[in-house]
Amino acid sequence: MAIPIGYIGRNLVARRLTTTLTAGGMALVVYVFATVLMLSAGLQKTLVATGEDDNVVVIRRGSQTEVQSGIARLQAGVVESLPQIALSGDGRPLISKEPVVLISLPKRSSGKSANVVIRGVTPAGLILRLQVKLVEGRMFRPGTAEVIAGRSIADGFQGAGFGETLRFASRDWKIVGVFDAGHTAFDSEIWGDAEQMLQAFRRTGYSSLLFRLNDPSQFDAVKSAIENDPRLTLEAKREKRFYAEQSEALSRFISYLGTSISIIFSFGAVIGAAITMYASVASRTGEIGTLRALGFSRGAILTAFLLEALLLGLIGGVVGLIGASVMQALTISTTNFQTFAEIAFSFTLTPRIVVVSLIFALGMGFVGGFLPAARAARMKIVDALRAA
Amino acid sequence: MARAATRAAGDDALHVGTPDVREDGVLDDDASLPLVSIRGVSKYYIRGDQVIPVLVDIDLDVAAGDYVALMGPSGSGKSTLLNLVAGIDKPSAGEIRVAGVDIAQLSDADLALWRATHVGFIFQFYNLMPVLTAYGNVELPLQLTSLSRRERRERVDTALALVGLSDRATHKPNELSGGQQQRVAIARALIADPTLIVADEPTGDLDRTTAEEILGLLARLNAELGKTIVMVTHDPKAAEKAHRMVHLEKGVLVG
Amino acid sequence: MFVPLLVLRNAFRHKLRTTLTIVGIVVAIAAFGMLRTIVDAWYAGANASSSARLVTRSSVSLVFSLPLTYAQKIRQVDGVKEVAWANWFGGVYVNERNFFAQFAISTPSYLDIYPEFILPDDERRAFLADRLGAIAGRKLADKYGWKVGDQIPLRGTIYPGTWTFNLRGIYDGADEGTDTSTFFFHFDYLNETIKRQYPGRGDQAGVFVESIRDADDAAAVSQAIDTTFKNSLAETLTETEKAFQLGFVSMSEAILLAIQAVSYVVIVIIMAVMANTMAMTARERYGEYATFKAIGFSNGFVAMLIFAESVGIAVLGGLLGIAATFPLASTFAHTIGSILSGFKVSQQTVALQFAAALIVGVVAAAIPAWRAARVRIVEGLRAIG
Repeated sequence: MAIPIGYIGRNLVARRLTTTLTAGGMALVVYVFATVLMLSAGLQKTLVATGEDDNVVVIRRGSQTEVQSGIARLQAGVVESLPQIALSGDGRPLISKEPVVLISLPKRSSGKSANVVIRGVTPAGLILRLQVKLVEGRMFRPGTAEVIAGRSIADGFQGAGFGETLRFASRDWKIVGVFDAGHTAFDSEIWGDAEQMLQAFRRTGYSSLLFRLNDPSQFDAVKSAIENDPRLTLEAKREKRFYAEQSEALSRFISYLGTSISIIFSFGAVIGAAITMYASVASRTGEIGTLRALGFSRGAILTAFLLEALLLGLIGGVVGLIGASVMQALTISTTNFQTFAEIAFSFTLTPRIVVVSLIFALGMGFVGGFLPAARAARMKIVDALRAA
Repeated sequence: MARAATRAAGDDALHVGTPDVREDGVLDDDASLPLVSIRGVSKYYIRGDQVIPVLVDIDLDVAAGDYVALMGPSGSGKSTLLNLVAGIDKPSAGEIRVAGVDIAQLSDADLALWRATHVGFIFQFYNLMPVLTAYGNVELPLQLTSLSRRERRERVDTALALVGLSDRATHKPNELSGGQQQRVAIARALIADPTLIVADEPTGDLDRTTAEEILGLLARLNAELGKTIVMVTHDPKAAEKAHRMVHLEKGVLVG
Repeated sequence: MFVPLLVLRNAFRHKLRTTLTIVGIVVAIAAFGMLRTIVDAWYAGANASSSARLVTRSSVSLVFSLPLTYAQKIRQVDGVKEVAWANWFGGVYVNERNFFAQFAISTPSYLDIYPEFILPDDERRAFLADRLGAIAGRKLADKYGWKVGDQIPLRGTIYPGTWTFNLRGIYDGADEGTDTSTFFFHFDYLNETIKRQYPGRGDQAGVFVESIRDADDAAAVSQAIDTTFKNSLAETLTETEKAFQLGFVSMSEAILLAIQAVSYVVIVIIMAVMANTMAMTARERYGEYATFKAIGFSNGFVAMLIFAESVGIAVLGGLLGIAATFPLASTFAHTIGSILSGFKVSQQTVALQFAAALIVGVVAAAIPAWRAARVRIVEGLRAIG
């Protein structure tokens, strides 16, 4: 025979201040926990979402990022001639040879500088990147000092907004358009004409090559063709994988730091729950004795108090999640240690995070409430009735 | 106006300094002034738009050295009257004069100071501080005075001896029996030499034998030390020890 | 003497409850201190750097290198004492997880500009004599158990290939703040090797470092250097070393701010826990408070009892938490010492920890004390029995 839920919930309502404070502490812990997970998820979503399944990125062997990589024109030519590359409408291989450079720009908010990616693209580059859409202005004209800026850069950095002019590499560049890359890495880039960029930065080679496969299953063949060719010192990766790897270090760092912090904080909240539950048990000694005398088992008592603690945890968890979900309105912009470039991303609440956070909250309630509930269950009936 | 019905406490030689009491219970004005003089006191509570009376228009006198038992069924207002006399509650109307001062007019802060010197409390459940020893509990009221440690010690030792607990001075309340705890409480009530001792069901939680001891102690305090005692009780045996009984019913003095 | 005794005994009436509360405070205060120390360490590198050294880099971005020929011109600028240069190598030691800074430096000029790297004479000579020689900081060498004479292989990412160096010396820092987690080898070796394989990529310096005669002239000299290269192939940006390091820190600003914000959240959490404890405790003692008031103690007295108990417990927990922060910090420093140096608990952190504990104690007691002060004697007495 189980103790009715009403009895369990009633006690929480009766001692409103205590319930509020205890659940409040747990809510804060869940808020921090969920927010960190959301941050990590947001970062991964941005970088993992970047790229198409059948695109391939080629960089110099051993460089982990485009900025570190350098590909000579000759080598680029060899790659261009590979049969597995898809052809565009006009029969030419769908490959974009791009120089990628980092420049230092001051932020609008703080005036402090951060590194921003400048990518020289070709018309093929636009076709290959289906996620990118112009939302303001127009595409830059090839052969000119016009550029288009990703939405995060246009919003976050001085001089990078639509209609404004940036100065770098001893030249003035006019922002003639703003593009939206659907919350991917490209949102944090400025694109211009590849040849112009090569000249401006006095580059003789490209940073990376991007092409589409004729047939997605051909990836392994292409990869071995490139990596085993003695003329080339290059490596090939699926575009999605390439960008996912770039987020790994930062993502792992955020998760690790955030989870450790949450666990430490949860100590405080669990202690709060334990204190509350011990007091709850102590104040209802008489009730416990009476219930036991009436015939309710020890197990029923244990369950009742555990449920009360779990309910506290649940309340805290829900409130914490609500608070965390509000964070989705914010965007974070920071330097990715791996690429050394600025990346903007936001908090993403996924169903998985909701579930994990609630489990965490319930876990806190369980750990905090277990010993007190055990104490309640272990009481001798006579002692309980006498102490009442 | 209802008058207090009195019953002569008897010609017990232990009673010293029995005041002149008229038939209707109100003291002669040309006799010594009453220690406590209650005039037209009422107390009511307001719940929503309902007015709930607890005491209605009470007139009562208590002479110095008197030993009064307030009696009545539950809900009669006897405890409320006691609280008013003790200065831990304020009446809704009327005046309460103790040693000439109308305590109904005092501010809360002044009332606290007044209680420190004028009232000693004895409660049904002893109300001792669990973390202090018997000595510490008895000493408590003296912390409000400017007596030196040595002076406090003298008085506490005397008080504990008076109630027969000198050998239990270092015990905490949870190491004392109910009767012993009540005696500590009595010592505490006496320690600052208050004008008035106020007792609310002092024997309510004690067995017959212990109750007798406590009542005997109170009687001695009244007889030998001339302490004025106002006691609420529903125990007729306890009331017997008092000089006179005052009956309340539904907030009104009866009979 | 009576009040402290009363407060102390009351505080430990419920041993379990008080112990749990203190443990919670210890954890919270220690966590608060650790988080602040992490943020401090992040800035420590910048703060330890010199204001009498300048760093010259490409004005476009740090990622671009400068022609080696600039060294001559920089040397001729008024106020410059000595010029050195360094290239970030960015190699991988065994696997990506072993991260530490590696620089190809001009020798012996770089060592001269950094007198705080202390190297025994024989090791210094051995290093300078060996083209493939390298030196590592003490903290770095300890982490991987390197000894002088070991061969250290690095897989290049910017400069492809496997590079093997001979560890000729281990340097110590002149004082606590000096970083000893970096790996240095000869720029000339890097340059020669690169020129052989990729002729176009040679004779390029990542940054130039200059020591100046007078620290006060830093701004003027920086300006002078930059003016020298204005409108040239590669324009420069020269700033003090401190400003340069701070630039790095500001790149992670978002994360640092987040960590600081989170450190205050833990205080709020423990405040809620402690407020709960005090609220429950006070409520259980209404009868006693009423008795105090009946005897003649003031409302203020009762409130004071609660404040004293709360602050007492909080401060006790706070002091224990502060004490716990130190061993925690040194354990942490051992694990991530190579990434963040200067892991030290600052005085300011300790002061803030104490203040936090105090505030927690006061805030937690506020409402319970106010309520207890206001409880009417008659109602409070009813709570007994």
